[in-house]
Amino acid sequence: MTLADTRCVPQSRQDDCSSMAQQTEDRFKVSPGPGMASFSLPSLLYSSAVRGVLYQAALLLLVVACGYYLYENVTSNLESQGIATGFGFLDESAGFDIGESLIAYDSANTYARALAVGILNTLTVSACGIALATLLGGMIGIMRVSTNWFAAKFSSAFVEVVRNVPVVLHVIFWGAFLRNLPGPRQSFSLGDGVFLNNRGLIFAVPEYNPIYAWVGAALLVALCASIAYGRYAMRHREKTGRQLPTVLPVLAMLTGLPLLVWASGGFPLQWDTPVFRGFNFRGGSLLSPEFIGLLIGITVYTAGFIAEIVRAGIQSVPRGQIEAARSLGLRPGWIMRYVTIPQALRVIVPPTTSQYLSLTKNSSLGVLIGYPDLVNVGNTTLNQTGQAVEAIAIMMTVYLLISLTISLFMNIYNQAIALKER
Amino acid sequence: MTDHTLAAAPTAHVASPRSTAQPPPSDSVPLVRWLRQNFFGSVSSTISSIVFVLLLIYFVPGFIRWALIDAVWMTADHEVCRAASGACWAVIREKHRPMLFGVYPYDEHWRLVLALTMYLGTVIITMQRRFWDVRILIPLWLFTLVAVGILLWGGVFGLTFVDTTQWGGLPLTMVLFTGTVVIGLPIAVLLALGRQSKLPLVKAVCVTLIECLRGVPLITILFVAVNVFPLFLPQGVELNKLLRVMVGMAIFFACYQAEVIRGGLQAIPRGQHEAAASLGLSYWQSTSRIVLPQALRICLPGMVNHIIAALKNTSFVLIIGLFDILTATTAVMEDPLWRRFFVEAYLFVALVYFVFCFALSKYSQNVEVWLNEGRNR
Repeated sequence: MTLADTRCVPQSRQDDCSSMAQQTEDRFKVSPGPGMASFSLPSLLYSSAVRGVLYQAALLLLVVACGYYLYENVTSNLESQGIATGFGFLDESAGFDIGESLIAYDSANTYARALAVGILNTLTVSACGIALATLLGGMIGIMRVSTNWFAAKFSSAFVEVVRNVPVVLHVIFWGAFLRNLPGPRQSFSLGDGVFLNNRGLIFAVPEYNPIYAWVGAALLVALCASIAYGRYAMRHREKTGRQLPTVLPVLAMLTGLPLLVWASGGFPLQWDTPVFRGFNFRGGSLLSPEFIGLLIGITVYTAGFIAEIVRAGIQSVPRGQIEAARSLGLRPGWIMRYVTIPQALRVIVPPTTSQYLSLTKNSSLGVLIGYPDLVNVGNTTLNQTGQAVEAIAIMMTVYLLISLTISLFMNIYNQAIALKER
Repeated sequence: MTDHTLAAAPTAHVASPRSTAQPPPSDSVPLVRWLRQNFFGSVSSTISSIVFVLLLIYFVPGFIRWALIDAVWMTADHEVCRAASGACWAVIREKHRPMLFGVYPYDEHWRLVLALTMYLGTVIITMQRRFWDVRILIPLWLFTLVAVGILLWGGVFGLTFVDTTQWGGLPLTMVLFTGTVVIGLPIAVLLALGRQSKLPLVKAVCVTLIECLRGVPLITILFVAVNVFPLFLPQGVELNKLLRVMVGMAIFFACYQAEVIRGGLQAIPRGQHEAAASLGLSYWQSTSRIVLPQALRICLPGMVNHIIAALKNTSFVLIIGLFDILTATTAVMEDPLWRRFFVEAYLFVALVYFVFCFALSKYSQNVEVWLNEGRNR
């Protein structure tokens, strides 16, 4: 019976089957569902697709309306205050001096050039900061997992203190510290030809000689050759299982080639040594107290965070990996190089990228101690021209571009070291 | 098998009388073992131990002499400090009022002390697990916020009115921090949900806002709040500078926090949403009752990190001239008589920040343990 109820049995007549099918269809069609034929407003409102479109339309309307309202207010406010709009001011003469600059600049130059000086200064201090923070943070991070009691305790105290004090205070403190050093007459002498006083860090540099350019070129060639040799050695090892000596040949190449070029010029070396004369030092090269203060501040702060990341990265490598490597007979140096570091780096690199980004953004604190970075120059521009919207838009755009560039490079690096899976 | 091994085997199990007379191996003496493991574990460890000991011998006595023995603890005369070779802790005693309370009227400082005490008391009560009840915490916080507001502003109950431009020091830091977190957290949750949304436009707006604000320094946001925001308002309308700065910092905070919360949301399996939907819960019901509580629990450590960062970031207002504790200290250090003792003053401010941030991070570790109690049975 149940079979006949639900299904058309083959031996029964054709009409019966079709009528039963008709019946079932009718039963399901009793109420007009939300089909195409039945069109009513409430049912439409309950459809999630329609709702989604409505929400988004409302959001779009809100964004556009807000934008329009703000734009109207800004234009009318600027008009009533008599402030010009647009980026025309970039071609005008800036009229202010900048303490330190990588490119030639004086107060007669345009705002555009002044801002370029600021951008270069931001990039300089950020690049130095990233390099130093990576070194310091890596060192402290490795010390934290050390078996040595002093090293572990010292580094964990460093991390706690440094991370729990605002970066603004770090920068202000070091800025004030360097400004309050004794004057040139009572400079601290740090080694031969290096002096520290309230004018900054003064050190001897070799006087320029045309051969140095060739030495630099030789170093570059040696570097490329070393990389090529390293790759060849790796392929050779993968093919034959034999490790070619790498450390000594690479060191020999890196030092030998530049030395050879230098020797061909007869080892020219003339130091430009700072000498105290009158009221100040003459000669040598100078790092300003603002630069050093900002650099120490942001480096130390970021190093505290990088140290924690490095510690977590090293501890994330399971002990079994190292034990397995040992039982295979790998040397300790090889275990570090081929087992621990590659796995730790996968954990370390992504959060370190965001630390690099935040260091770059924190370099904007130069404005606090008078380092002429982008924000400092932009702020002066803003105050002189009154064109706040444009000046701040320039600052934000430049920082966004720098952030995107750093993320891009770090993502490429991250992909290079990521787990290679099929 | 040879005779030799057969003969040797049984004797190995017999303890020789001499073995009892030997002293225990040095490794089983706890102190020796501890020293050997922690200071002389390897050649490099031994070398670093020696280096550290030498450094300690070189630096610690000098530091103790500077900080304790030769230090001046109590004097109102800067000449005494100048003559001493050690630290001048007297500068903190002498200047603690302007450092802690900024330019707030001197005679009204008791109001700030009272407000700070009430605020910290409320925070400490909130931190206790046994008071975790909405019926206690919400009335308590409403009461505290209203009371602190009355104490700071005044203008009622016979208290003289103090404008927000005169607020300063530690209470201002507290106001900025609380405002940032209270305004920022709901925005962060909305941004995180928006970023996970299936609606492309909602998602696009949230992603743009989050990524753009995370790519720029906080300083530029503060510049916008101070210099550009007044231009956004119709002519004649003005908004309090403190409020503008607070909202700017809150939105900045929300963008970072949203990314942390997104991590938590991504860790919740789809099945949770689907199960809630199959029970007939709407999007907002399933989000607020099912998904968010689990997601927030997962991302709590990251959230606390950003809350601590928000506390530290309040010091950025130095750039735009709001008188928080750091700005006030910097201003005090302009005093030509005392300016040379800036190291002591900044160390004091650093200690204040350190105490709060360190306490927050340690507390958050406890909370993590509490929240995971149900799982780690």
